[in-house]
Amino acid sequence: MANTHNERLKRLIYQTLLIRRIEERVIELYPSDKIQSPVHLSIGQEPVAVGLCEPMTARDVLFTTYRGHAYYVAKGGKLPELMAELYGRKGGVSGGKAGSMHLAAPEVGMMGSSAVVASTIPHAVGAALAAKVRGDKQAIITIFGDGAIEEGVYHESLNFASLHKLPVLFVCENNALAVHTPLRERQAFDIVTHAKAYNINTTVIEDGNDLIKIADTSAKLLESLRSGGGPEWLMIKTYRYKEHVGPGDDFDSGYRSRAEMEKWLATDPLYRWADLVKEMEADVKSEIDRAVAFAEASPAPGLADLLTDVE
Amino acid sequence: MRRLSFAEAIRECLFQEMERDPSVIVYGIGVPDFKGIFGTTVGLGEKFGPQRCFDTPLSEDIMTGFALGAALKGLRPVHIHIRTDFLLLAMNQLVNMISCHNYMTGGHTPVPIVIRAIIGRGWGQGAQHSKSLFNYFTHIPGLKVVAPATPRDGKGLLAAAIRDNNPVVFLEHRWLHWIEDDVPEESYETPIGVAQTLREGSDLTIVATSWMVIEAVHAAKILAGVGINVEVIDPRTLAPMDMAPIIASVKKTGRLLIADYDWLNSGLSAEIAADVGVACFGRLKQPIERVGFAPTPCPTVRTLENHFYPNAETIVRMAEKMLQRAPMDLSGVDFFSHERRFRGPL
Ligand SMILES: Cc1ncc(C[n+]2csc(CCOP(=O)(O)OP(=O)(O)O)c2C)c(N)n1
Ligand SMILES: [Mg+2]
Repeated sequence: MANTHNERLKRLIYQTLLIRRIEERVIELYPSDKIQSPVHLSIGQEPVAVGLCEPMTARDVLFTTYRGHAYYVAKGGKLPELMAELYGRKGGVSGGKAGSMHLAAPEVGMMGSSAVVASTIPHAVGAALAAKVRGDKQAIITIFGDGAIEEGVYHESLNFASLHKLPVLFVCENNALAVHTPLRERQAFDIVTHAKAYNINTTVIEDGNDLIKIADTSAKLLESLRSGGGPEWLMIKTYRYKEHVGPGDDFDSGYRSRAEMEKWLATDPLYRWADLVKEMEADVKSEIDRAVAFAEASPAPGLADLLTDVE
Repeated sequence: MRRLSFAEAIRECLFQEMERDPSVIVYGIGVPDFKGIFGTTVGLGEKFGPQRCFDTPLSEDIMTGFALGAALKGLRPVHIHIRTDFLLLAMNQLVNMISCHNYMTGGHTPVPIVIRAIIGRGWGQGAQHSKSLFNYFTHIPGLKVVAPATPRDGKGLLAAAIRDNNPVVFLEHRWLHWIEDDVPEESYETPIGVAQTLREGSDLTIVATSWMVIEAVHAAKILAGVGINVEVIDPRTLAPMDMAPIIASVKKTGRLLIADYDWLNSGLSAEIAADVGVACFGRLKQPIERVGFAPTPCPTVRTLENHFYPNAETIVRMAEKMLQRAPMDLSGVDFFSHERRFRGPL
């Protein structure tokens, strides 16, 4: 028992580490201008994606946001294709048309990500109706930030999903920030109480670094959706270490303090399980090196590619 | 006179207008934060306080309808969007409510609202953070649409927009923010609805919008080197469009090239072409030509962006074609200095 627990924890840590190191590689590469598009890093928030995705199969489908690297990897998207996409090469998942903000890997159920906040939430509701109509035993998951909750479409989506008892899991990745504006300066209501008002079951995870708890909760909620249950709603509190967009730190810019981050570092699984991490570093590095080498070798798209994929 | 960047000119205008008229309020997502919309709103919150300059939740729809209510009760709202793409979430309020409000009430209730939005290319912005949407707004009666291309016009047209009693959509390309120009220190208005001829020429008329003005002037200089004299007209206001100088110019040159910073299909360029076709029938030596975005969503990677967006080279090649000139050697010319200058992440 202890052993299997250990194996599972190792897998979760490995995924978390892989995502963190990929994004650190992005930071390292950024000054070279090889990645010429905005990057919204999830550093600090990776355990949320890893935990949520652990019990998902490729049949479960997920819609997410521009902060999507972690979900792409956790859902099973291929690393070389991710790196080539960030490089804007033909070998990228979308041949350079997506870049960092619009990652999709439909073959593993990663359906898409949008840079217009809250705009993929209704896609999940539609996909959930499709699952119900077609009798597919699959779960539909939509990931969004705390800022997305301020858009009308979020409310409309909760209502419709609840009205039709659709198998969709709404997940609020709550880092209490929208760009540089803290949650308390944007919202006059309690997010959880509000979600409950739509007659949807709500669950809250206070520690977004608790990989096992997130994974267990996700497993339970997804099982309920797959067996015909109606919508579920989950909020996970977490923290973004880096600036909203870009590779830098921004603790001197005045809207938040480094002390805030330090609170989260205390439970960060990659520090907590530093011994495990040490053992994994070499494997993680070579996986990333291979992905970068693939991206470097992949050719750039040209004029003919511009005109494909549109009638 | 001092030189100011476009961003500084916009910021100076906002300070002067808020100072001049206490009914002016300025708001939008990120407006009072430390980055302040490419620097154009930095310091406004500190100077005028949170009642007159404020951040908003992510709620474009309400914050647009809110502008109508505030305007009806005597304020002059300036609502800012860091990407024009986000205005698509506000279209019901803008098109169904704001644009026609005064008309529906028989002219009793003017609505002085300015919607400022940043358009166009940045740093691999992709399909959802890069649009211009000129024709979305110019199509709607009741909306004025302004797209300045110089710091001096930016300052003067924004002042005119804020003082105008009608809703004005004010669209600024993000790369314009670093362009510098002589800008008067005192407050002034540049009239809405008046085009400007930036360069005189007898062989070809180029009408260019927003960022394409910069590209057209660059192209005109290159063409002058081989003896082609191009007239460059910047309409500055896209609705109502000042057609008179464009028509007069085409009557003189007999040739029109429209360089629009937008898609061509059903676009503003088609409208200009139609008007000129009517007014200059029989005077055209050549079919009217247009350059604009490729007919695809905007790709992210730069190699594809370089094909997607027209630039000075596109204009030079089209001008050569229209004048039956052989293509000149452009291998020594740098057409991508701005692309290289704009570095991420924004
Ligand atoms: C409709 C819309 N409005 C504004 C923006 C600009 N914007 C991009 S991300 C963001 C903050 C979103 O915050 P949140 O949903 O909490 O996600 P987080 O970035 O914290 O992951 C804003 C305002 C946008 N992309 N789309
Ligand atoms: Mg957030």
